[in-house]
Amino acid sequence: MNQTSPRLLFIGCVFLFVFMYAPLLVVIVFSLTPTEYGVSWEGFTLKWYQAVFDNKNIQAALKVSLMVTIPSVLIATAIGTITAFTLYRSKFIGRALFQGVLYIPLIMPDLVIGISLLLFYTSLNLELGILTILMAHVSFTIPLTTLVIIARMQRIDRNLEDAAMDLGADEWTTMRKVTLPLLKPGILAAALLAFPWSFNDFVITFFVSGVGSSTLPIRVYSMIRLGVSPIINALGTLIVVLPLILVVLGLLLERRRMG
Amino acid sequence: MKVMDVYRLRKSLLRFFRNHPAFGIGAALSPSAFWLLIFTLIPMGIVIYYSFLTRGPWGTVINEFTLDSYRLILDPLFLKIFARSVKLAVLTVVICLLAGYMIAYWIAFYGGKRKNFLLFLVILPFWTSYLVRIYAWIALLSDHGLVNNFLIKIQLIDEPLPLLHNEFAVLVGLVYTYLPFMILPLYASLERLDRSVLEAASDLGATARERFFQVTLPLTKGGMLSGSVLVFAPALGEYLIPELLGGAKAMMIGKFIALKFIGLRHWPLGSTYSLMLLLMTLILLYLYMRVGGGKEAFQEQR
Repeated sequence: MNQTSPRLLFIGCVFLFVFMYAPLLVVIVFSLTPTEYGVSWEGFTLKWYQAVFDNKNIQAALKVSLMVTIPSVLIATAIGTITAFTLYRSKFIGRALFQGVLYIPLIMPDLVIGISLLLFYTSLNLELGILTILMAHVSFTIPLTTLVIIARMQRIDRNLEDAAMDLGADEWTTMRKVTLPLLKPGILAAALLAFPWSFNDFVITFFVSGVGSSTLPIRVYSMIRLGVSPIINALGTLIVVLPLILVVLGLLLERRRMG
Repeated sequence: MKVMDVYRLRKSLLRFFRNHPAFGIGAALSPSAFWLLIFTLIPMGIVIYYSFLTRGPWGTVINEFTLDSYRLILDPLFLKIFARSVKLAVLTVVICLLAGYMIAYWIAFYGGKRKNFLLFLVILPFWTSYLVRIYAWIALLSDHGLVNNFLIKIQLIDEPLPLLHNEFAVLVGLVYTYLPFMILPLYASLERLDRSVLEAASDLGATARERFFQVTLPLTKGGMLSGSVLVFAPALGEYLIPELLGGAKAMMIGKFIALKFIGLRHWPLGSTYSLMLLLMTLILLYLYMRVGGGKEAFQEQR
């Protein structure tokens, strides 16, 4: 293989990376300029950020978002850990089937998940609100956390656990003192990735949120319906950049080698 | 004393689970099984149930069995929208295949030390708000958007091009959103490709072009297939992109179904159409699993 890439391929790839990042850059750049329509650069300002922080609706939506995302990340990570451990370590009839069914929410179109939950809640006469959103988020986050933790399980050296058992530790002690510490980066990665997974969800939340319970993406959506405005750019920048810190940490942890 | 009790309890519990492993497995899997049953499987059952109900006046639903909704599958409007959705999803797959192959090939063969960083760049947007990224395309493609402004400024055009609220905008949005799903499996299969096979091809006198089309491409068929399924399935059922970027002319099945639920409150029909969409997705995945590589897809989705 020659080391310098063919020029045409290189140019094509640069173009594609620009294509992948241009929209995010546009949102960020135009959150910092004072024009009303956000289409051309006219100097630097932070006034749209000020407007975001002063907006009562946005504050309320952020509160709802955190009240949904934090518990659902914690619950889904805990359940994902037990599920991944059991699925990976135990042999039982129907294991493949269980795993297949578990991943259904990853394959189903979000729209269908949202609509089926809407019908479910309506049939039960449940009032749509934070609790219905939270339940929905846990259910579509469990497959993700399980998947990430199973990937980590595959890299754990079984001999370490066997050694602990040989040295007289029972299953409980082995789990607490050997398996869990080895699995910790995987669990942390799962939680860090589950955060944006739940926080950013729009389509499913859209169908299961009630009148008084808008999460941030739902709030952004209703602002978009009113027209393009720089305040959306500022809010969008915050929504994109802040969770990204967690994502970068999560991806780094997930990819890190053992040891 | 208390500590001893806890210890003894733990010991007898562990002995119980050791002797009856089924209980242990059952207990450990029950939380996810519970959530799966209550919030995925039962709601699916309810959608199936609703699809057989009768629509009452003013968007109510009457508890009477009927096949009316299933007869409306052949509604020409629905078929037209379904056909358009399939067309747009296929186009998305084709464009993603071409673009994704370029990027995956470049990273796999010329990435050098930056391979992991470049892959990271490919995945990163996927983890940011999809709503905000789609919204950004409105600012880029609208009549007074950046693209039109730029083209007018360099005097390539006088009037803004109609870039937004049509099939073109939807296609751009779909390719943009699902491209990473194509790149990852392609990259994995290119990375797995045995380099000595390529050297052998060259040694035996194949030109670069022959080697690519007769060796590299056939050997990465698995990745191409995985990527195509991972792109096609969500693109077909996409809701937000046609909602924000497509106008009335670029209606896709996802938006059509949502309209049945929210706008017209025709829940039985909306349920039937949702089932059609789900069925299509499941058939596709089943066929794909039969061809092989299902496991691969799940691992490479991230």
